Amino acid sequence: MMEDKQALWLPEAASTYAGSVDSLFYFILVTSVILFVGVVTTMVVFAWRFRRRSAADRPVPVKENKVIEASWILVPFILVTIVFIWGFRVFITMSVAPPNAMEITVRAQKWSWLFEYPEGVRSNALHVPVGRPVKLKMSSADVLHSLYIPAFRTKQDVIPGRYTYAWFEATRQDTFPLMCTEYCGQQHSTMLSSVVVHSQDGFEAWLQESQLGTDASPAERGEALYTQLGCLACHSLDGTPGIGPSFEGLAATERAFTDGTRAVADDNYLREAIVAPAVRIVEGYDALMPATYATLEPEEVDALVAFIQEH
Amino acid sequence: MSAPGQNYLTASKGIRSWLLTTDHKRIGILYAVSVALFFLLGGIFAVLVRTELAAPGETIMGQDSYNQAFTLHGVVMVFLVIIPAIPGILGNFVLPIQIGAKDVAFPRLNLFSWYIFMLGALLALSGWLIIGKVDTGWTFYTPYSSEGTNSVLWLTTAVFVAGFASIFTGLNFIVTVHKMRAPGMTWNRLPLFVWAIYATGIVQVLATPVIGITMVLLFLERLLQIGIFDPALGGDPVLFQHFFWFYSHPAVYIMILPAMGIISDLMGTFSRQQVSGYTFIALSSVAIAFLGFLVWGHHMFVAGQSAISSIIFSMLTFLIGIPTGIKVFNWVATMYKGSVSLKTPMIYALMFLFLFTIGGLTGIMIGVLAVDVHLHDTYFIVAHFHYVMMGGALIGLIGGLHYWWPKITGRLYNETAGRIAAVLVFVGFNLTFFTQFIMGSRGMPRRYHDYAGLLEQYPEFAAYNMVSTVGSYILAIGLLMILVYAVHSLLRGKRATANPWGAVTLEWTHTGVVPDAHNFHHVPLVTRGPYDFHLADDVFGSAADDGDKP
Ligand code: HEC
Ligand SMILES: [Cu+2]
Repeated sequence: MMEDKQALWLPEAASTYAGSVDSLFYFILVTSVILFVGVVTTMVVFAWRFRRRSAADRPVPVKENKVIEASWILVPFILVTIVFIWGFRVFITMSVAPPNAMEITVRAQKWSWLFEYPEGVRSNALHVPVGRPVKLKMSSADVLHSLYIPAFRTKQDVIPGRYTYAWFEATRQDTFPLMCTEYCGQQHSTMLSSVVVHSQDGFEAWLQESQLGTDASPAERGEALYTQLGCLACHSLDGTPGIGPSFEGLAATERAFTDGTRAVADDNYLREAIVAPAVRIVEGYDALMPATYATLEPEEVDALVAFIQEH
Repeated sequence: MSAPGQNYLTASKGIRSWLLTTDHKRIGILYAVSVALFFLLGGIFAVLVRTELAAPGETIMGQDSYNQAFTLHGVVMVFLVIIPAIPGILGNFVLPIQIGAKDVAFPRLNLFSWYIFMLGALLALSGWLIIGKVDTGWTFYTPYSSEGTNSVLWLTTAVFVAGFASIFTGLNFIVTVHKMRAPGMTWNRLPLFVWAIYATGIVQVLATPVIGITMVLLFLERLLQIGIFDPALGGDPVLFQHFFWFYSHPAVYIMILPAMGIISDLMGTFSRQQVSGYTFIALSSVAIAFLGFLVWGHHMFVAGQSAISSIIFSMLTFLIGIPTGIKVFNWVATMYKGSVSLKTPMIYALMFLFLFTIGGLTGIMIGVLAVDVHLHDTYFIVAHFHYVMMGGALIGLIGGLHYWWPKITGRLYNETAGRIAAVLVFVGFNLTFFTQFIMGSRGMPRRYHDYAGLLEQYPEFAAYNMVSTVGSYILAIGLLMILVYAVHSLLRGKRATANPWGAVTLEWTHTGVVPDAHNFHHVPLVTRGPYDFHLADDVFGSAADDGDKP
C-alpha cells in the first residue's frame, strides 16, 4: 500500500524544484530537533540536578563563561545564515520561470478556477504536460485568492487588478490536488481543483479534444462554458438545489423573487440573471452569484442561455 | 505591616470605589476581570471551530457560521485578550510596586484607558450583533473586507478605539519607569519584567497609530471613493496588507515581550539565582521592539510583493530570531547552580520554554523563503503562531498570574490542583497544535470549513483533525480547572504570607501580604538588584547563620 510508505511530513514531491524545498525543510527540521532536544534536556537536567533541597537554600554564584556565551551567538548565527542563503537560492529558482515555459492564463473567482490555454481552450482543472516548464499568469475577478499545489510546493496569491505569476515543471504523470489558500469568503473551502499531468502526447491530444469545432451548436458550447466558467460549482443539472437553483426545468417556468415580484424565465430573464444577477434575487437563495459574468462575450451569453433552455 | 482592613482591597468599598478607582492595582483587577470574560468568549469560539473540524463534512455549523466563528475567535483573542492582558493586568498591578512607586505616572489616564478599552470591546462585539456577519478573518484583508456590509469599518473602528487604550497604557508605563523609580532603583536594578513592559510600551506608542491611519484610509476610500486599496477604484489590495502587518507584526511583540518579562522573573525567583545574561535580556527586549518594525513583509512572501523585498524581509527576520534564541539559552542557564523549586508558576515557566522554543524554531522554518512558499496559509502557520501566542504569551500570563496571585488576593491556591491543571494544559495544547504542524506541512490550508474534498488524496487529515479537536477539549478542561481553583482560593484559600516564594523584588519584600492602597509606608530605598538572592539576608536570614548548618 502507498499509505504505508507515506512520510509524516510533506506530501509526495512532483515538481523539479520540490526536491530542493524538501531537502531544506528536512535540514531545518533535523537541526531544530537537535537544538530542541538540547534545550529541553538541559532544562530537565538542571531542574533535577539543582532542585531545592532546603527552604533556606542560597545560590552558588556563577562566573560568566565567555566561551559558552559567544557560542550562543555564533552557532545560531551560522545556522540562520546557512538556511537564509539556501532558502534564498531555492526561492530565486522558484520565482524565475525558464524562458521556454508554456504560458497558461489563470482566472480565479469566487469559488472556482479557470485555466485558459493559448489555443483558446478553457478548463477548470489545470492540464499540463510532464517534463515541460509551465508558467501561470494569474489574476482574480473579485477578491484575493491563492493558488496552491502542495505536490509541486507552489503557491502564489492571485490578486484583482494585476497579474501575478507562478511556474513549475511537473515530474510525474498523475492527478494532484490544487486549492485556494487565501481566505475568500463563504465557500473558500470548496475552491478546489486538480492538476492533471499528461504525457507530452497526451497533453496535445487533450488540447485537440477540448477545442470545440466551429460547427458546435450554441447549446454544446454552452455546456462547455458551464464547466469552464464554474457555473457547475453552484448550479446542478439534476434538480438538486446548490448555492444557486438547479438548471433542470428552469427555462420558461415562473420564478419568484425576494422583492415579492415574479417573472417567467424567458430569454431576457436568463440573460439578465447571468450578466446582472444582483437585479433580482431568486427566493430562497442569497445574492451569492458573482457579478463577474457581466464581461462575457455576447456569443457566450447566447450559448449559456441556449444550454440552460435545453435542460 | 498594615493593620487589617487597610490594604488596597479593603481601603474603600462599593462598586463605585472600583469603577472610579485610580489605584493601579484595582485597575489591574478591572482588566483581569474583563480580559478573563473575553478569554472565555474567545475560547468558546475556539471550541466551536475545533468541533466543526472534528469530522469531515458539516459537523455543527454551516460555512457562514464557521467563518464568523474563526473571525471572532481571532479578533477577540488578539485585540481583547493577548494585547491588553499582560500590560493591563500584571503591568498595572506589579510594575509600579516593583520600581517602588506609589502609582503610575498618570493614574487618571490609566483608568481612562480601561474605559477606552471597554468601549472598543463593546464596539467590536456589538458590531457583530448590530450589523451582523463579519467573516473576514482577523486580518480584514481587502477587497473581500470592503464588499457587502460595513462591518469591517465598524470592527476596525473598534480596534482603533481599543488601540488608544494600548497607547495610553504604553505611554503611562514609559513615563512611570523614567520618572517614578524609588531611590536606588537604577536601570540595572529594574526587574526584567519592568524592562519588558517598558519595551512593550515603546511598541504600543509607535505602532498602534498605524492601525488608526489604516482605518482612516479605509474610511476615505469608502466615503470619497478614492482608490487606495480597492482595485475597482484603481487602488492596491496588497497595500492594505502592508499597512495591516506594519501594525500587526509589531503587535506580535506587544503580545510576547511582556510574557518574556514574566518568564525572566519566574526563572530567577524559582531558581533563586541571578537571571543569566541580565543586561542582554533587558537590552534585547528594547532591540527587538525596534527591529520588530522592520519585518512585517515576512507575512507576505507569496502575496505579490517583489522578490527583493521578500529577501530583505527574510534576512531581517533572522536578525530578530538570534536574540530571541539567546534569551532562551539564558533562561535555561539561570537554573545552573541555583535552587530550583517546581511550584506551579515555575512549571508554567518551563512549559513556556518548551512551547516557545518550538514556536521559535518553526518561526525559522517559515522565515526561510523557499519553505514558506509551501507552508504559508496552511495549518503549519496556525500551529506556529499558537505555539508563540498561546504557548508563549498566554502561558506566560498564566504563570505570572499564579506567581502574583498571593500578592493580589492575599490567598494561596491549591498547589496540587495547580499542577494537575498545568499537565492538562500541556498535554491538551500539544495534541491540539502539534498535529496541525503535520497537517499543514502536508498541505492542509487554513480557514477551511471543511476538508472532505481533500480526503481522497489526504485520508490522514481526518485522524489528525480528530486528535486536534480532542486535544482542544483537554486544553479547555485544564483552563476551566484553573478558573475553578482560583474561585475556590478566593473564597476559602489558605491565607498567604507576604513573601511565600522567597523572592527579592520590592513587591514581595516591602509590602504587606496584600499591598496598601499606596503600596509602601515609606518610599523604599533599593540596595540590591532584583535577583540578588545572595544579598537577601532579610529574606532568608543571615548567610552566616545557615553557613554552619549541614
Ligand atoms: C458562486 C455561486 C454561483 C455561480 C458560480 C454561478 N451562479 Fe448563477 N446563481 C447563483 C445564485 C445564489 C443564484 C440565485 C440568486 C440570484 O438570483 O442571484 C443564481 C441564479 C442564477 C440564475 C437564475 C436562476 C433562477 O432560478 O431564476 C441563472 C440563470 C444563473 N444563476 C446562471 C448562472 C450561470 C450561467 C453561471 C455560470 C456562467 C452561474 N449562474 C454561476 C449562484 C451562482
Ligand atoms: Cu479563493
